Formats: sequence, structure tokens, C-alpha cells
Amino acid sequence: MTRDQLREIIFRILKEIAPECAPEELTPDENIRETLDIDSYGFLQMLISISEQTGVEIPESDYSRVFTLGGLLDYLSLRLF
Amino acid sequence: MGEFRMPSLGADMEAGTLVEWLVKPGTMIRRGDVIATVETQKGLFEVEAFEDGTLGPPLVRPGERVPVGAILAMINDEQRAAPPPSPPPRAGERIAASPSARKLAAELGVDLAVISGSGPHGAIQRSDVEQAAELSRQERQAEPPPATQTTLREGMRQAIAAAMSRSNREIPHYYLGMEIDLSRPLGWLEDSNRQRPIRERILPAALLLKGVARALVTVPELNGYWQDNRLQLCADINIGFAIALRGGGLITPAIHHVDRLTLQELMAAMGELIERTRAGRLRSSEMADATITVTNLGDLGVETVYGVIYPPQVALVAFGRIMERPWAESGMLGVRRTVTATLAADHRATDGHRGSQFLEALSRALQEPEKL
Repeated sequence: MTRDQLREIIFRILKEIAPECAPEELTPDENIRETLDIDSYGFLQMLISISEQTGVEIPESDYSRVFTLGGLLDYLSLRLF
Repeated sequence: MGEFRMPSLGADMEAGTLVEWLVKPGTMIRRGDVIATVETQKGLFEVEAFEDGTLGPPLVRPGERVPVGAILAMINDEQRAAPPPSPPPRAGERIAASPSARKLAAELGVDLAVISGSGPHGAIQRSDVEQAAELSRQERQAEPPPATQTTLREGMRQAIAAAMSRSNREIPHYYLGMEIDLSRPLGWLEDSNRQRPIRERILPAALLLKGVARALVTVPELNGYWQDNRLQLCADINIGFAIALRGGGLITPAIHHVDRLTLQELMAAMGELIERTRAGRLRSSEMADATITVTNLGDLGVETVYGVIYPPQVALVAFGRIMERPWAESGMLGVRRTVTATLAADHRATDGHRGSQFLEALSRALQEPEKL
């Protein structure tokens, strides 16, 4: 899996949670929850979908590292390739 | 003979639109079976049958808007499906009808010749005349335009405006706030979550709801309705859980018997409710039963919430954002994660002392998360 494919997976997941938003427009440093208006339940759903599709379960203690798209991609990349 | 009527799905609901019949006429249905979808200003709901029986032919077509209480279909009590209606008699033949049916038909201006009878040998009975009259009355109503997304949102906005205005007009609110130290409960939750797969992770919101249920056992006067000029306590603790809809609007379906659910069960119930709300598949029973409402705006960053009570309830509990704050205890300064809990309460039902006791009980309950 490449970083771009990973990005696509995350966009698809975000589209399901925030259907009226355009996740492709997220900059790497924007807070995903704030920009896409996703609450804590939606955020957890995102992480569950990510774990189902990549096998990586992100623990609560690592939440602060994955609030941005860049952070999320870095975190997952480290554990995937 | 039972009647399946348009239910009231909210204090200010006057009418609803039947969207879809989910069950064919002639099907055996049981109390609680979902048989139709209805749209109101507040959204789409699945409506359940209130009795057992066989569903009669529809008296309201999909797309029709009817007032609360209008009969949507009859429910036949017989175990067998109703016999197929016999063809109407040819002109000139004496029409078989019971005396009471004839009288009613004359009163309502219904032509017996066009009615099919469901009585013995095809005789027309009173209920047949009632059904025919109802059907022709509803057919005469103009077809409403299909509800677009925009009109639905506007309708919801109006419904919320009406409810909130009424609340502020009629209910003398008082407000109390308390900052609660969440170090222990959140620490406990994190340990607990570490041992669970991500699919079973529990959110702090579940902890807060359970804490409210616990506190209501200690101060039951906040769990009830103000009706007939007095407080009527509710035995069940059904918490109306405020869910914000994407694109605007707020809905507060009830989670039943929160005091009896485990934390895991409560988390599952919350999740399921959120999913069904956003998919427009709530049930009518979930809209009418809340005994108190809890709103959690913590995700957005506000610290304190001054909410508005949903009549006829007598209280609203709100939580702001969970955040790190400086905290002084025993002469020492530290940093703790805290939340500000606010109580908006009806001053006719309780006063500040009782309200304070509730917040105290809430804080105490949250400090013992393992007991929640």
C-alpha cells in the first residue's frame, strides 16, 4: 500500500462520516474534527473503519498524534510500511 | 377493530406525512411492529403498531399529509385475514346492509352502492361505511408537494423555534453550574478501554449519562413532568439524548432505562441511536418518552451551557468541554481534566437547594466509575 492509497482510504471513510464535506480539500495541518465538524462519536467511527481497513488500532493515548490528516498519515505509514 | 392512527411525535406536532407503507394489507402484525414511515418537521420516523391484528387496506396514500390522530388504516382483530370484499350488488338489487350502516351512510352522505361489505354474505356493516367515508374525505385533501431537503430543514427550524419559545415563556428556569474533576473517571475509562478492542471502546459521554442516571436516583424530582399544575415523577429514567444533525437541526430521542444499562450497553445504545437518527430511521416510541434531556456540547469547546428545558420535562443537564484546568486541592496546585456540568431546572418543580444536591450526587457518582 502506498501513502496515496492510504490517503484515498481515509478520504472514503471521511466521506461516509461527513457526506456533505470534501475531505480532499483538507490541508495536512488542519484539525480534521474541527474542519469537517465531526464529533467524538464520528471520530471513533473513523478510527474503527481505519482499523478494519488497515489493521491498525489507534489507542486513546495516541489520539493527539492523529488529529490532523498529516499526523494520521504519518502515524499509519510508520506502522504499515 | 383497532385503528392505526397518525401518532404524535412531539409536543408541537400537528400533522405528519405518510411516506411509505412497509407492510402490505392483509399481513398479521403484532404490537411494536414497524408498519409505516412518517415524516414530520423533525424528520423521518418509523411508526409502530399499537395492537395485534391484521392490517386493513390503507386509508392514506404515500405522500399524503394528515393531522395527528387521523386514521391511517384499520387493524382487524380477527386472527384470519379479512375475507375479500364481495363485489358491489348490481343496480336495482336490494343492497344488503345493516340498519345502523344505512343510517350512518345517510348521515355521512355515502352511497351504499359503491361500498363492498365485509359482513356475512357481503352485507355492508357500519365499519365499512366509516372506512369509505374516511377514504373519500382524505382523497378530497389536496396532494401536498414533495418535501425537499430545504423545506424539511425550515420545518425543523420552525418546530425548534416554537418549542424553545414555549419553554422560555412557560417555564421559570433557574441555572446551576458545577465544575467536576474527571481525573479518576477518565483514568479508569482509559484503563478499561485499553483492555477492549476498538470496536468496543467506550466514550466519556456514556460515563456522563450513566452518572446523570445515578444522580436521578438520589434526586428523583428532576426526572418527571410538570402537568396539571404539579410535578409528576416518572418511575423510569429515559434520558433524551441530544443529537445534532449534520446541516443543522437538533433531535432528542430517548434512551430507555439508562439506570439499568451497563456502560457497554449504554455505549451501544447511544451509537445505535446516533446511526438511526442520521439515517432518518427513528421510532415513534423513542420520541415521546424522555423524562429528562442531556445535552453534551463538549466536542465544540464551549465550557458552560445555559440550556432550555423541553416541556413538559422539568430539567436539562448539559456538559461542556472536557479540558485540562488548573486545580487546587489540599493547598497544592495541579492540572486536572474537568468538565462543567450545568443544570437548567423548572423552578415550579424544584428549587436551587434540590438542584445543587443533584449536581453533588452527579459529581459523587462520577468519582466512582467502577460502580456506574
